[in-house]
Parts: sequence; C-alpha cells; structure tokens
Amino acid sequence: MRIKALVIRIIRQFVRDKRTLAMMFIAPLLILTLVNLVFSSNDYEPKIGVVSDQQMVVDKLKLSDKAFIVYQKRSEAHQDLSEEKLDAVLEVELPSTTITLEGSNPTANKASIMMIEKTLKTMPDQDTEKIKLNPEIHYLHGSADMETFDYIGPFLIGFFIFFFVFLISGVSFLRERTTGTLERLLATPMRRWEMVVGYVLGFGIFTILQSAIIVSFAIYVLDIMMAGSLWLVILITLMLAITALTLGTLLSAFATNELQMIQFIPLVVVPQVFFSGLFTIETMADWLQPLSYIMPLTYGGEAIRDIMIQGDGWGDIYGNVLVLLGFSLLFMILNVLALKKHRRL
Amino acid sequence: MQTVIQVKNVSKNYRSHHVLQNIDLTVNKNEIYGLLGPSGAGKTTLVKMIAGIETPTTGSISVLDSDMPKLNTMTQIGFMAQSDALYGELSGKENLEFFSSIYGLKGQKQKERIDQASDLVNLTNFLQKPVNQYSGGMKRRLSLAAALLHDPKILILDEPTVGIDPVLRQSIWDELYKLSKSGTTILVTTHVMDEAEKCNQLGMLRDGKLIASGSPRELKDNTSSTSIEEAFLYYGGVHHAN
Ligand SMILES: Nc1ncnc2c1ncn2[C@@H]1O[C@H](COP(=O)(O)OP(=O)(O)O)[C@@H](O)[C@H]1O
Ligand SMILES: [Mg+2]
Repeated sequence: MRIKALVIRIIRQFVRDKRTLAMMFIAPLLILTLVNLVFSSNDYEPKIGVVSDQQMVVDKLKLSDKAFIVYQKRSEAHQDLSEEKLDAVLEVELPSTTITLEGSNPTANKASIMMIEKTLKTMPDQDTEKIKLNPEIHYLHGSADMETFDYIGPFLIGFFIFFFVFLISGVSFLRERTTGTLERLLATPMRRWEMVVGYVLGFGIFTILQSAIIVSFAIYVLDIMMAGSLWLVILITLMLAITALTLGTLLSAFATNELQMIQFIPLVVVPQVFFSGLFTIETMADWLQPLSYIMPLTYGGEAIRDIMIQGDGWGDIYGNVLVLLGFSLLFMILNVLALKKHRRL
Repeated sequence: MQTVIQVKNVSKNYRSHHVLQNIDLTVNKNEIYGLLGPSGAGKTTLVKMIAGIETPTTGSISVLDSDMPKLNTMTQIGFMAQSDALYGELSGKENLEFFSSIYGLKGQKQKERIDQASDLVNLTNFLQKPVNQYSGGMKRRLSLAAALLHDPKILILDEPTVGIDPVLRQSIWDELYKLSKSGTTILVTTHVMDEAEKCNQLGMLRDGKLIASGSPRELKDNTSSTSIEEAFLYYGGVHHAN
C-alpha cells in the first residue's frame, strides 16, 4: 500500500517533468543516431584480394561474391592494398589463414571481415575447417580499435542507459533529501526498505519503457546488427538500468547537492566505459583487469554484445543477468542501511 | 489526566555540540503544549525526537506509553515540519493523496479526509494547482492539511503559522482548539511570544535548556510579568545569573 503510493507519486512527478523525460527517452536516441551517422556502414561494398594455394577455395570464393578478386602473386595483392585499390587481402596458404586489412576506414574493415566470415560460413565444412581455425587479422594501417557502429552500438546502448538512469534516479532521490520530503516521509510509518523498493518500482516502470524504446530504435531504425533475441537485449538493458538506478539512489546519500551528484560521473560512470567491452580488457594493464569484475557495465556490455553480434541465447548470458541482479540487490540493501543515517528504524 | 508525551532527561549532541540538555517535559491528553524559544534554541530537534525521526543521545521519550522511535506509534502522530516538505511538481490534491495513502487511506474515506483537511486550511479552490505555484503561506497550509489527514491522536507542528496572515492564523488556532476539544493532543513550536499565549501549557526553551514550564497564566504570575515576553526575559535572566 505504502509502496504503491510511492510508485504512483513518482510516476506523476516524472510525467510532469518533461525535460527529464526527454533526457531519459530522447537523448540516448539522438546520441545513438549521431554515432550511427558518424560510423555509417550502410551498403559498403568491400574489395577483397584473394591469394591461395588451394584452388578449391579460390574457385568457391570467386563464385560466391564479386567482392573477391583473385591474385596469383602475393606481392601484387599487397601492392594494390597499399594503393587502396583493395580493402583487404585474404591469404589462404595452409596451415595459416591471414586477413590483412587496409585499416584506415573502419567501415571498410568491418565490411571486409563480415564479408569474409559470411562467405566462409556458407562453404561446406570440409573445405573451410582449416581456414576457420584462427584466421589471423593484420592491419596495414590503424588497429582493431577502429570498428563500426555494429560493434560499438551494443556498448553504447548499455552505457547510455546506465548513464542516464544513474543520473536521473540519483538526482531525484537526492532532491527528496534536500527538499525535506525525505524527513517528512521518515515521520510517517513508512519503512526504509519500502522507500527503496518504491523507488525501484516507480523508476523501474520508466526504465522498462526506456530500454524497449532504445533497443528497438537501434535495431529497427538504425539497423544495427542483431543476431540474437530482441527480448534478451531488452532484459539485459533493463537489468543494467535497475543496477544504475539502485547505484544512483545509493550514491545520492553521499552527495549534498546536484553538482556533487554530477561529480560522481567521472568517478563512477566514466571508468565503466573502459570495462564495458568497448575496449579489450585482456590488453589492459594486469593490475587494472580485476577492476572489471566490480563494474556492472562489464557484465551488461558483454551480454548485450554477445547477444547482438554472436547471437548468444539465455543459456550463455543468464550468468550476467544473475550478476546484475546481485549488484542491484546489494545496492538496495546498502541503501536501506544508508537511510539509517536519517532514521534509526 | 492522561500522559501522552513523556520526555525524560533527554540530551542530544551532534558530535561535541550539545543541542539539548536534560530536558524533562510532559504533555497531557487534549492539551495544546507550546514550545517557545528563539531560533536555534533546539525546538526542531526536540520535536523531531518526539516524532521518532531523531533519537536522543541520552534519556528516553515515550509517546502513548511506548518508547520512541516506534513505527506503530508513528501512525498516531501527524507531523508538520518546519520547512514545507511538499512535491512541487504535483498538485495540492496529489500531494494530499500521496500522504494519505501512506497512512492507508483510500477511496471514499480518503476523499472525505482530503476535502475536510483542505477546507480547514482554506485551500479547496487551489487543490488542482501545482504546488510550485503556491505562495509561502499556501504551502504552509497544505503542509498542515497533510499532517491532519489521517486524523492523528497527536499533532506535532513545527512553527505552523510562519508566513500566514493574521486572519487565517486566527482561524487555524480556532481549529486547533476544536481538535484539542475533540481529543487531539497538540504540540506546537513557535518563536512568536504572543502566539505562545494561545497555548494551554508552555515550555520555554533557550540554548538547549528548558528554562521554565507551566501555563501562560502561571508563568506570568510567578514572574509578575504582564506578557510572556517579559516572563521569558525574566527566566532567561535568572538562568544567566546562575
Ligand atoms: N543535524 C544537525 N547537525 C548538527 N547540528 C545541528 C543539526 N540539527 C540542528 N543542529 C543545531 O542544533 C541547534 C538547534 O537547532 P534547531 O533544533 O533547529 O533549533 P530551532 O528549531 O529552535 O531553531 C542549532 O544550533 C543547530 O545548528
Ligand atoms: Mg526550528
């Protein structure tokens, strides 16, 4: 009953606050669109040189797509690559398979790799078994950091949801304290856990909507690569949002005004970007790597990426869901304890 | 006479700062008890402890025969904070709906109580307006209405009439008398000397100490004063001489 009252109140307040609504629902869409435009990979047709001692493979590749151009000499292919006549060179000289990317255009890199992978997938297994083993990827210019929207999109979805929910929920809970309404509530028989649960449910309703809108927008409007289930992605983003929500309300207990809440962003939110999967964790300094285990975005970003790019199912990602759930519960319990500062009961 | 609020030897420190020292006071049923003292005397701290929000450093407080803080007892208390704790984005009605549902009021009963309470504070015509468009006095009145909604046995009002015009102030006091007659016990703080005269019982608070208590009549007679202000100065002066 008391929780319901709190939930209804939060919804009413939220609906009145048009600007915050816009920040939650529209701002992430705008930024995603912008990033998509910047990294647009629409309809790029890669040119890939093929050098191989396996005639079978050469023939199949030539037949399957006009992107593949067969070279007799390795040096000629690489000459054309350096003159940007090719986007990539695929060398199949068993036992090794090498892809060399021109590298300066992330869009072309991605398109080439996808084209090669797609084509190899359609070949009968006995032909490609050895090729599929470990194709080495080299870059003539640039590096693996340069990727397209398909690759960074999943992290950005997770990150933006985390960021905006963290900020909005943190500030609203803080405001409850600075306007004196928290104290007023503590003069009622409302229990501390009821307040925390009420906040999670009230904001939770908006984060469900937010997750569904952002994910659908990325998939259907921005046409981001989507190999797995839409519902799983929404589930993960929702779990990530709840984690951000509980963390935001918890940390607001340690801020005395809105500016201090914003100061948590470089401290708490930005470091998570580095562990979201946008950058490879394995290549980081050793002492830094364990940090990734305590960052919620590690689990969210990884799961979203694996669902969207690799088509992972529930069986692959339920561990991440449980971890995020654990984070949320932990933050909620800590928040109930933090409220003790304001009322012992 | 039935004791409703019993404060026994209560002190409160914030770190090394002694905000209240050895306070003893008793409030009986149906009484309007006034806590009078200048700003910073510790009135708010004391009423918050009685309302169950704060806990005393030493000493004990019992309300309706149970030790505070206790959530069950808190359902019997209506609290009006010194600063208006309202939700600005919501209308007056929505604020009252929120506070009343926390106390479990719903449906027809809720509607009736909201009508009564808002009528009492003269806000019926402004209930649809968002609270951030209210004047200071209107917010004060809405806070009062919110404290009355669940028909509490005890009303704790922290400086309720600040910023309210004299005519409305009088009508609010008339209502407080009615409530007290019908069985509500009222604890009210004020720093306005002449308002203190309206209470049945007074406690004078200065620098965290209760310097005097009794009915306004007694306090004036004992000090041969013509006004509460004189009496306060007398007790404050005696205190200083010590
Ligand atoms: N949370 C707190 N921490 C430290 N000091 C406080 C706190 N609350 C009140 N005080 C101090 O206690 C004293 C009494 O405050 P208060 O009870 O608000 O007085 P009044 O309501 O009579 O104006 C003041 O000196 C104030 O600074
Ligand atoms: Mg005060």
